Amino acid sequence: MADTLPNDGLVIVAKRDCPTCVLIEPVMQNLDRAGALTVFSQDDPTFPSGVRSVVDDHDLERSFHLKIESVPTLIRFRGGREVERTVGWDRQEWTRLAGAAAEGEGLPAWQPGCGSKSVEPGVHEALLARYGETGLKSRQIDVGNWDDPIEACFERGWSDGLPVVPPTDERILRMLGGTDRKPDEVIGLIPPNLAPCTVEKVAINAVMAGCKPEYMPVVLGVLEASLDPLFVLHGLLCTTHFSGPLVIINGPAARAIGMNSGVNALGQGNRANATIGRALQLIVRNVGGGLPGAIDRATLGNPGKYTFCFAEDESDPDWEPLAQRRGIAAGKSVVTLFHGEGVNGFIDQKSRTPEELVRSLASGLFGVGHPKLCLAGNAVLVLAPEHYKIFKDGGFNRRRIEDELYQALKRPGRDVIRGAHGVAEGMPSSFADKMVDKFQPDGLLIVRAGGEAGLFSAIIGGWPGQSVRDECQAVTHEIR
Amino acid sequence: MNIASKLRDPTAETSPTRRARLAPPQSLEGKTVALMDIGKSRGVEFLDRLEGHFKKAGIATKRYRKPTNTKVAPVELMQKIAAEAQAAVIALSD
Repeated sequence: MADTLPNDGLVIVAKRDCPTCVLIEPVMQNLDRAGALTVFSQDDPTFPSGVRSVVDDHDLERSFHLKIESVPTLIRFRGGREVERTVGWDRQEWTRLAGAAAEGEGLPAWQPGCGSKSVEPGVHEALLARYGETGLKSRQIDVGNWDDPIEACFERGWSDGLPVVPPTDERILRMLGGTDRKPDEVIGLIPPNLAPCTVEKVAINAVMAGCKPEYMPVVLGVLEASLDPLFVLHGLLCTTHFSGPLVIINGPAARAIGMNSGVNALGQGNRANATIGRALQLIVRNVGGGLPGAIDRATLGNPGKYTFCFAEDESDPDWEPLAQRRGIAAGKSVVTLFHGEGVNGFIDQKSRTPEELVRSLASGLFGVGHPKLCLAGNAVLVLAPEHYKIFKDGGFNRRRIEDELYQALKRPGRDVIRGAHGVAEGMPSSFADKMVDKFQPDGLLIVRAGGEAGLFSAIIGGWPGQSVRDECQAVTHEIR
Repeated sequence: MNIASKLRDPTAETSPTRRARLAPPQSLEGKTVALMDIGKSRGVEFLDRLEGHFKKAGIATKRYRKPTNTKVAPVELMQKIAAEAQAAVIALSD
């Protein structure tokens, strides 16, 4: 770039798309006639006309190195160094810096400029990756001219089985722009290898998962919650059971990044839902080393281990959202993590009263894990709008629904002990004379989500590891 | 090679250290065998059975238990086993 900069003289950076730059075209022509002037044109090398030294800066390399934020920018060089600059059009400033040739007769005294193309969203990071010092610490891997970067990611074992977005510097820098946390901050030790995970590594995996930069605070919050010892991520990822991390987001962040809590909330189609859950799994895989078939010993697994993330529908002011139920003040962005197996669809199109629906839901919830196993894992109940309406119309709020379900989920031990009703599986015989709860007292997490039509709910079974209540539970954390 | 794109490594960039396994003892005579219950259901039954077999063969055993099957064994427990026994059986049962 240095060869295009004058040792002594003036430089103007401009673009045709800027009305102020067009306005001062005669000034640039005057300055050219008066002495040494170089114009770097960001979008059209024929602009400005009538100037001898116009340098095409389509690739914005000069604008990047000159740290141009708005155009026009007038810079004076002396002895090969920049000594002064001014931005926009300001007659007083321009004449002070460039002399009488910059008076601009007939022009307004002042007019603000426009943003430089080099600082448009996403462009700065691309220029930094191309021409600057990225500061990224992760090992750089070169992909050959004839190689497909997506295939290169597969070959290196970085994928969950679906194509990933290749983590280029440009994308990583954009992702890091989504958080004000430093790239070298260590978020925690990722199991099973207990490997330190920096914000930079999170950003790389978030890129690969397909996240947008604005998801970064949520991804970081989800990761931090997953490392809460009470969540027992190590045990969850090496279990033979079906479960994997289920991510539920509450609060303003969910709305800000457009998460889905409505139609098909547990399904495909929403980028934030799909990629935030996937980012967590990729971090566990790539940073932690939690590979299926190696430390991940799931007998069958479940499709949610690609990604399982949704937001709660908080649109009804009468409903106490999950985050508040679990002790976080309203207005905060919150993540709840649960050890979830797959979605079990629950149909009841006949119940019309809360009491009927409670009994009906309880009959479905008994099936979690095994109908005769109790206190062996918890569950999430996703109430869809039409089922919720039955409760609401009948005067049942969250607490009432929970209390009634808790009572309805008690059974005589004699019905659930091993061998009872000709089924070998069940509770130890010591439970024969007791009433047995299906779940721990706070083991049923109820959330609202789903489309308006459909007298359905969803039951998401938990993990037997939750049976040791002091050791392993769902966790709820505020997102920083 | 022409470089078309440069990627960054998403892994922890660590390398596993391979350590040679201890050779199995030629005989268990005079040695103590650690029997560790990893905390899964019915592990006790399995270890009771094993303990009986060792006893019949005149081999000393010591019982240990992980606090929970969902987490790795605490370092202290591993050190205790290493200090008190020369072989170990880690029981998994369901």
